[in-house]
Amino acid sequence: MDRMLYVAMSGAKEVSLSQANNSNNLANANTDGFKQDFNIFRAQHVEGPGWHSRAYSMDERPATDFSAGAIKVTGRELDIVTKEDGFLAIEAPNGDEAFVRSASLQVLSDGSLVDVKGNPVLNENGIQVNIPPVKTMTIGSDGTISIVPAEAPSNQLVVLDRLRLVKPDVQTLEKGLDGYTRLKEGEAPLVQENVKMMSGALESSNVNTAEALVKMIELSRKYELQIKMMSTSKTHAQKSDALLSLK
Amino acid sequence: MNRALYVAKTGLEAQQFRLAAISNNLANANTYAYKTGRAEFNDLLYQNVRQPGAQASLEESSTLPSGLQLGTGVKAIGVQKIHTQGNIMVTENQLDIAMDGKGFFQALDQEGNLMYTRDGSFQVNQNGDIVTSSGYLLEPNINIPIEVTEISISRDGGVFVTLPGDAAQNQVGQLEVATFINPAGLESIGGNFYMETTASGAPNVNNPQTAEAGAIIQGALESSNVNTVEELIGMIEAQRTYEMNSKAISAADGMMQYLNNNT
Repeated sequence: MDRMLYVAMSGAKEVSLSQANNSNNLANANTDGFKQDFNIFRAQHVEGPGWHSRAYSMDERPATDFSAGAIKVTGRELDIVTKEDGFLAIEAPNGDEAFVRSASLQVLSDGSLVDVKGNPVLNENGIQVNIPPVKTMTIGSDGTISIVPAEAPSNQLVVLDRLRLVKPDVQTLEKGLDGYTRLKEGEAPLVQENVKMMSGALESSNVNTAEALVKMIELSRKYELQIKMMSTSKTHAQKSDALLSLK
Repeated sequence: MNRALYVAKTGLEAQQFRLAAISNNLANANTYAYKTGRAEFNDLLYQNVRQPGAQASLEESSTLPSGLQLGTGVKAIGVQKIHTQGNIMVTENQLDIAMDGKGFFQALDQEGNLMYTRDGSFQVNQNGDIVTSSGYLLEPNINIPIEVTEISISRDGGVFVTLPGDAAQNQVGQLEVATFINPAGLESIGGNFYMETTASGAPNVNNPQTAEAGAIIQGALESSNVNTVEELIGMIEAQRTYEMNSKAISAADGMMQYLNNNT
C-alpha cells in the first residue's frame, strides 16, 4: 500500500492525541493549583535501509509548565500560597513526598493538617503536622504555625511547628500519572529553605486559555491537513488504477 | 472515539457543578449565619500512552527522551464550607444572639438528635422555652418565666431575667456552645443546621468564652459570610470556562466531521 497514506494516518492520530491533551488543560482551567502540560510533536525517523524517507510525527508531553498562576485572595486563614520558586511538601496518596504551590488546609478530627484532597501536610522534618485543640491558628510568612492553645489565655501564642518549604529546580520535577508533582527519580532530596508564603489566598490554575484556544484551532487545521493528504493519496491510487485498467 | 470529546465533557460538568455551588451561595447571601461553600476540583488521573525511556528502535542507544501522558480531565471533589466569621448585625432584639468566634449553638430535633447552628435568631415558644427560629428546643433547655420584663444575656452565656418588683437579676439558664476541631467536616442538613460527622470530630461543649469557644453578643445576628463580588467573578469564570470547553467539543466534532466527509 502507499506509504503516504500511513504517514498521514499516523499524523492524524497523533494530532488527535494532542487535541486531547489540550482539552485536558482547558478542562482544568478552573482547577486551583493545576499546572498546564506542554505538548510537542517530534519527528521520528524509521530506522533501516531505504526507509529514511519516512519520518512519522510523534506527540509528546515533555514537561509541565510550573510557572505561577494568578493569586486569588480568599480571606480564609488556612488557604496558603508560596511565593517565588517555593513549594510546599505534602504526602501523596502513595506515601511519596509531593510538592504544591498552594493548598487549602483543613484540620481533621484527629488533629492532622491536610489539604483539600485529604493529603497530610509535612513539617520541616518531613513528618505529618498534628494540631492540638486551638483557639486560633495562624501560619506565618515563613511557614511557622503558631497557635493559641484551647486552654490558654488569648495572648499566649505558642510556636507549634514549621511547614516543609523547598525550592526545587523545576527541571527536576515531574507530574506523575496521579497528577501529583514529585522529584524525578534519582534526584537528591530537597532541604528546607527560606521560602516566603502568604495565607488567605490560593493560586489558580496557570492555564493560558487564549493560548489553549489558539492551539485548539491550530490542531484542528493540522488534522484536516492530514485528512487532505489521505484523500490525495486516495486520488493518486485511483489515478494509477485508471492508468493500468484495460479498456 | 475521540478522547478530546470526553475530556472536554468533564470540563463542562465541572463548571456546571461550580455554577450550582455559586448559585447556592448567592441564594443564601442574606441567610443568617450561612457559611459560603467553595467548589473544589481535582485533575483526573493521567493515562500513560507512551512510557518515557521506551525503545525508539532496535538500537539500544535510541530511547525516547519523554513519553506521552494524557490527562483525562477534571472532576469536582466537593464543596468546602468556609467557616470564617460573618458580619455582626445589630438588631436590638433581646433574643437575637450572635457568636463572636468559634462555636455553634445546640438544638434538639424531633427525634432528640443534637443539631448545631450559628443562627442565633431565637424566640420563646408557648411554654416559655427558648427555641430556634424553626421551633427546635435549645440544648440545654432554658425556660423564661412568663412575667419577665427584660432578658439579658452576658458575653459568657449567662441568661438573666428581670422580674417585676425585683431589682436583682435572676439567672434562669446558661448557654452552652459546641466547638469542633474541623467545622468544615460538619454535614449541612439545611435549615441553617449542621450535624456531627466522623470528619468533624466530636463536639467540645463549653460555656462561651471558656477554652476555644467564642463570646456571645446579645441583640445582634451573624450575617452570611458570602462575598457576593467574589461569587459574581466566580460566575463569570465558570461561564467562560464552560464556553471554552464547549468550543473544544465542537473542535473535536469538527475534526471527526472532516474525517467522515473527506475520506
